[in-house]
Amino acid sequence: MKKILFALATTAAVIGFSAAASAADKAKVCFVYVGSKTDGGWTQAHDLGRQELEKALGDKVETQFLENVPEGPDAERAIERLARSGCGLIFTTSFGFMDATVKIAAKFPDVKFEHATGYKTAPNLATYNSRFYEGRYIQGQIAAKISQKGIAGYIASFPIPEVVMGINSFVTGARTINPDFKIKVVWANTWFDPGKEADAAKALIDQGVDVLTQHTDTTAPMQVAAERGIKAFGQASDMIKAGPQTQLTAIVDTWGAYYIKRTQAFLDGKWETTSSWDGLKDGILTMAPYTNMPDDVKALAEATEAKIRSGELKPFTGPLKKQDGSEWLKAGESSDDGTLLGMNFYVEGVDDKLPQ
Amino acid sequence: MRIELERRPEVSRLFSLLSPVIALALTMIFGGIMFLLLGKNPVTALYSFFIEPLMEVWSLHELAIKAAPLILIGVGLSVCYRSNNWNIGAEGQFIAGAIAGSILPVVFYEWHSPLVLPLMLLLGILGGALFAGIPAFLKAHLNTNEILTSLMLVYVAQLFLDWLVRGPWRNPGGLNFPETRTFDPVSVLPEMIASGRTHWGFGFAILAAVAIWFMMRYTLKGFEITVLGQSERAGRFAGFSSRKMIWFSMLLSGALAGLAGISEVSGAIQQLRPVISPGYGFTAIIVAFLGRLNPLGIVVAGLVLALTYLGGEAAQLSLGVSDKVTRVFQGLLLFFVLSCDTLIRYKIKLVWSNLTGTATEGAH
Repeated sequence: MKKILFALATTAAVIGFSAAASAADKAKVCFVYVGSKTDGGWTQAHDLGRQELEKALGDKVETQFLENVPEGPDAERAIERLARSGCGLIFTTSFGFMDATVKIAAKFPDVKFEHATGYKTAPNLATYNSRFYEGRYIQGQIAAKISQKGIAGYIASFPIPEVVMGINSFVTGARTINPDFKIKVVWANTWFDPGKEADAAKALIDQGVDVLTQHTDTTAPMQVAAERGIKAFGQASDMIKAGPQTQLTAIVDTWGAYYIKRTQAFLDGKWETTSSWDGLKDGILTMAPYTNMPDDVKALAEATEAKIRSGELKPFTGPLKKQDGSEWLKAGESSDDGTLLGMNFYVEGVDDKLPQ
Repeated sequence: MRIELERRPEVSRLFSLLSPVIALALTMIFGGIMFLLLGKNPVTALYSFFIEPLMEVWSLHELAIKAAPLILIGVGLSVCYRSNNWNIGAEGQFIAGAIAGSILPVVFYEWHSPLVLPLMLLLGILGGALFAGIPAFLKAHLNTNEILTSLMLVYVAQLFLDWLVRGPWRNPGGLNFPETRTFDPVSVLPEMIASGRTHWGFGFAILAAVAIWFMMRYTLKGFEITVLGQSERAGRFAGFSSRKMIWFSMLLSGALAGLAGISEVSGAIQQLRPVISPGYGFTAIIVAFLGRLNPLGIVVAGLVLALTYLGGEAAQLSLGVSDKVTRVFQGLLLFFVLSCDTLIRYKIKLVWSNLTGTATEGAH
């Protein structure tokens, strides 16, 4: 009996050792998607990142993914399945996967997890997000230059800090050009619903806005803008095909840079938990080509982009007032990340009441 | 030329029993052809679909978790459908039960007592039953069509839940995200077996299936349900009230859907979110018919359908096929099950000339 036990133990040790050795030169990196990998928006951007990762690291990495995973118990099962199938590093790419990721991470301490846009970390669970608001500041400036009426329409998804931050950044950018600029907000209460998004776009245009931006994922608002002959901004992916004469620019999520960086760290054995929040500078966020605008506006947008990239310009820098007129930031003072991540107030210029 | 279905004078007992097996075999064959066309080895594909999820303990637990709400709802629906009451709104009753049961852990979150969990389950049952009581009342007293009313109430429940988690029940410490506070451990349905995550929801499902099976088979109530379902007139002669039956079947199926809702929320999700069900209430309709409205058959049907979900994930990983393949596969299975059942009871008759057909009918 003892011998058998010993033999088993040795075999286990050998298997364990060889597994560890192979993990060092080849990594299995897995992804959990909330949508379809060809959704034309959020999930597609993550899948493009995965493909870039494969291209960049070649045979040092093998990737797998599960798509259309509903949030809730199904997500927990999907993540556990990946953890059990030998994935060393797992990216869960929707906010709603947060608690499921936390639970499975606690159960599999040897597997590394990364959760997009959440706020819970653990020794083997990192979070990552993108400073989308940097792009929205540039959009705001473009909108203020382009708009005749000084009013933009904003199709928002859910009143979470991420989205409120985007609205505030857009207005702040716009007001550096036109101090009286205003925006109207419609809450679509969805990330992905072409019908609702198109209705929101029509409602906003009927209320007199003459430039449109969105924090939802389909190209429907862009198409409505094209039909009505006003300009618009794309979201998550370059939407130029939906509005060749309409799109001014788009915020394009380019997660590939981050996925490559983190997988490399994992291969080198240097992976550590972080709460990463990168922006234009790190290439996790890029602007689609500036199109359908006069040259001087394009030059302005490019200059602003360069300043944000170099760190010379921080979008949320005082003097800034809250919607009720009270002071938020003094002249020259920049907001700290904590305030941004929990943002639940509007800045001046937003023509809407924040759903509380 | 016309195709007609003609009822067979006698239904073969042997083929009635074999029907699901034939259907499964046909699904395998056509599924295999589909995988072949996709350039995958059909044997490995079918293995990862049907066998792989059964090979590991954790996966069996996941199977039970996924099947539990389907069985619990399906069993309740079978009573409805047998008595000729078409409750299509189990999804709404599921949500209503989940909301009612969550009152304790969300609103009275500071109350820690062993009584919390039983009360939650009770509230869940009540919530589901009351919500099913609306279409029951409308049908019993105003003679409205319960298919429409129960279905429309699904959207009411979904939007009410959406409003709750974005508004009054939103977690104050949750950074404005649309979800309630997470449940305290006293309000979490415990796991059944030490080896994995299966919670008591699965236990309830099996208990309910056995109880309803017993009722249908051995009690007068079961007889009443069958008689009223097959012929309301005959039922009335026997002294059964179809109005009471509307109430009974709708409240029972609502109660079970509500229990499924609170079990799922308490056992698996542990908070309320804008969406708490990937359509269990609707899938359960398929499960109920797949199990031929027999409570024990529904247990098997629920497990089979859950298996295709899990198998679909396994196939995505081991074969790299899209998750759409899972849907196609489920579609194939249902198609073959239903067509096998139909063809055992009916035979296909080709009617060549339309004219003669009408002429003879006219002559009768």
